[in-house]
Amino acid sequence: MKKVKLVTTIMVMAFISLTTMSCKDAKKEHNNDEGHNTEMNHDNSDGHHDGKKKKMAMNGDTNSQTILNDYFNLKDALVVDDNAKAKELGATLATSLGKLDISKFTDAQQSELKDIIEDATEHAEHISESPIAHQREHFKVLSKDITDMVAITGTQVKLYEQFCPMYDGGSAWLSMSKDIKNPYYGSKMLNCGKVQKEIN
Amino acid sequence: MLLVAFVGIQFIPTTRNQSEVVPKTDFMLVNDVPNDIKNKLQVSCYDCHSNNTIYPWYNKVQPVAWFLEDHIKEGKAELNFNEWDDYSNRRKNSKLKSIINQIENGEMPLWSYTLIHKNALLSTGEKELIIGYMKQIKDSLN
Repeated sequence: MKKVKLVTTIMVMAFISLTTMSCKDAKKEHNNDEGHNTEMNHDNSDGHHDGKKKKMAMNGDTNSQTILNDYFNLKDALVVDDNAKAKELGATLATSLGKLDISKFTDAQQSELKDIIEDATEHAEHISESPIAHQREHFKVLSKDITDMVAITGTQVKLYEQFCPMYDGGSAWLSMSKDIKNPYYGSKMLNCGKVQKEIN
Repeated sequence: MLLVAFVGIQFIPTTRNQSEVVPKTDFMLVNDVPNDIKNKLQVSCYDCHSNNTIYPWYNKVQPVAWFLEDHIKEGKAELNFNEWDDYSNRRKNSKLKSIINQIENGEMPLWSYTLIHKNALLSTGEKELIIGYMKQIKDSLN
């Protein structure tokens, strides 16, 4: 009990000394903080974009096909319920998304693609660090992003948009094969779904 | 020795997440949120998901302050309600989906946060209310 009292007293003293000492500069500090904050935000976003741009310039040869391949590998890991593998492949996909060369597209397409990539990257990153149920939640929105990407970039191989009416009120995904192998349920319900569209 | 270290670390400055300006892009301003939901979001979410944290006194004590700084940074990177309208519709849709899932699964607000901030806890009714509202916004995007 005595110890607790002592610790509390010390904490209160430390706190008081801290507040009284920083009181003088409180206003200034506050202002600085605000400036600092906005500055930091800017720095962050700018740095981020610069990084992306640099990467793109350096590895301009990364195309949508690489992204599709990474996506299919990820899908296959989810089909076999492999959480660890899906994490790894989520990270791979996030990296290749950041390297996509969009320079040959029109301005409107570029801004659409940037939006898609930003969103897809976030989902891929989450997949790289989540348990499998979460991975599948993110995979749903990721699939929509990739489908929208293909609508702009086109595809070298024939794709099948498949649909499972049971998962989360109905969810689609892309596959290179007509056969249904459900990434949302894996072994639990491997064959749930149907082909709803062919994409050339 | 431990005591010296404890007192010592109190003098290391941390970045405080505070701003009096609510930007026009704020979720509440853009969406005209009903008051009960507004209050709940403010109390349960905005400390880590906006540019303005309301700090209790003990959050000035290290190492609590560091722990918090990190959480806030991460929280804002995932979702910043103050910057809501800067997100594209696609990203809004993603954020809303995550908000709905995380509240449904009880992952947000974080247990380490509600442990201290009891008033940030969401009752079943409040969860349903917020989720229903977020779904409504999500549907209006599509």
